[in-house]
Amino acid sequence: MKPARFRYAAPTSVPEAIEALAAYEDGKLLAGGQSLGPLLNLRLARPDVIIDLGRVGELATGPRDDGDRITIPAMTSQRTVEVSDLARRHAPLLTGALPYVAHRTIRNRGTVGGSIAHADPAAEIPTVTVATGATIRAQGPAGTRRIPADAFFLGLFTTALEPAEMVVAIEFPKPGPRQGARWVEYAPRRGDFAIVGVAAQVTLAPAGEIADARIACSGVADRPWRDETAESRLRGERPGTAVFEAAADHLAAHCRPGDDAVASADYRTSLLRHLTVRALTGACECAQAEGQ
Amino acid sequence: MTNGPDGTAMTGPYEKTTIRADVNGRAAEQAVDVRMTAADFLRDVLGLRGTRVGCEHGVCGACTILVDGVSTRSCLMYAPQLDGRSITTVEGLEPSAGELHPLQDAFMRHHALQCGFCTAGMLLTAHELLSEGRGVSEADIRDAISGNICRCTGYQGIVDAISEADGTWER
Repeated sequence: MKPARFRYAAPTSVPEAIEALAAYEDGKLLAGGQSLGPLLNLRLARPDVIIDLGRVGELATGPRDDGDRITIPAMTSQRTVEVSDLARRHAPLLTGALPYVAHRTIRNRGTVGGSIAHADPAAEIPTVTVATGATIRAQGPAGTRRIPADAFFLGLFTTALEPAEMVVAIEFPKPGPRQGARWVEYAPRRGDFAIVGVAAQVTLAPAGEIADARIACSGVADRPWRDETAESRLRGERPGTAVFEAAADHLAAHCRPGDDAVASADYRTSLLRHLTVRALTGACECAQAEGQ
Repeated sequence: MTNGPDGTAMTGPYEKTTIRADVNGRAAEQAVDVRMTAADFLRDVLGLRGTRVGCEHGVCGACTILVDGVSTRSCLMYAPQLDGRSITTVEGLEPSAGELHPLQDAFMRHHALQCGFCTAGMLLTAHELLSEGRGVSEADIRDAISGNICRCTGYQGIVDAISEADGTWER
């Protein structure tokens, strides 16, 4: 289909974009357009004004080394991050998950900030921000604030952004020593939305036991989902299949996915259990390799 | 987007605008509705009907074009976003009139198409892959075209054609 009638604005700076967002009652930011475009073309979204961020050069300057973290300006394309040496070195969970985001052509246009702001609970990038403890930098009429990823995703396509606020950057903390991470997902076909995805990040103590673990899951809730009890039970344990299975069983017992046209709740739960074991196994192997 | 419909500098919002773009090496300047997709602009305004419109929501890959050399779904771009860009469509692949690009030649010889609807998108997607270097594996090719749906060929002819073009295309 063709999109419903809209008006188009092309600001060239962040303040101009925020001004436009505040000025139009029904304005919608257009980042890479790989999620909003389908919504417009299918007329599921009919905003009055499209505010295209494609001319805001300051938002597309590429991944940046900021000492203890990597900062990714919001309009950086997913493909740019995927092939960035800096991001591969210091945000490996993100670059490990990016090849699973749709297809190359979609990642050429799709942006990291756009995926965050869209907040699809089946998407990889929001889940990775939660697993890594990333911070979303938002800017609005009142200034800039930093929102932890855990507090950013409030529900289905719903974020903590205020109406005239926008994502300007995402900050990923650099992995510490003996830290490893792994993204695993199951999708029926290459590039489809995953039915369930699991991001695991594990830090090992010098003696080899698990010092810290974070597990974030897509496709089992209305937002990226963590269960801190499952994570805390891993602490102090030596990595091993029985330990991973216990954590996976806990997640499977406590997740509350819905039944939908794609998969039943039981199937999602079963996938979550298996993928969690694989993600933890991979993250621990990666952490052990880092420690050598 | 330096000029609004009245010719003055503005950032919007507006329903019509004038865009300037390089399309297959030729300068194009046209007034457009802002909600027109890039695919419709190429087909209906410029008359370049090689770009196919399939699903119109970014799933099928038939409308793939190159924007500044990068593969892009032209159904998920709107005409104003083409302003100032350099665009290659399937019509721009031929080195000269009547001469086929090595990729097109390989597609022909390997029967890599039947109805032809996916072909323009396949060619431009493959063009991006092969532009980045020689010696691509079959797995690279299959991953590259995973976002382009063909309902006729079973893909094997397409994979074979791209693999052959990897060897024959001087670049």
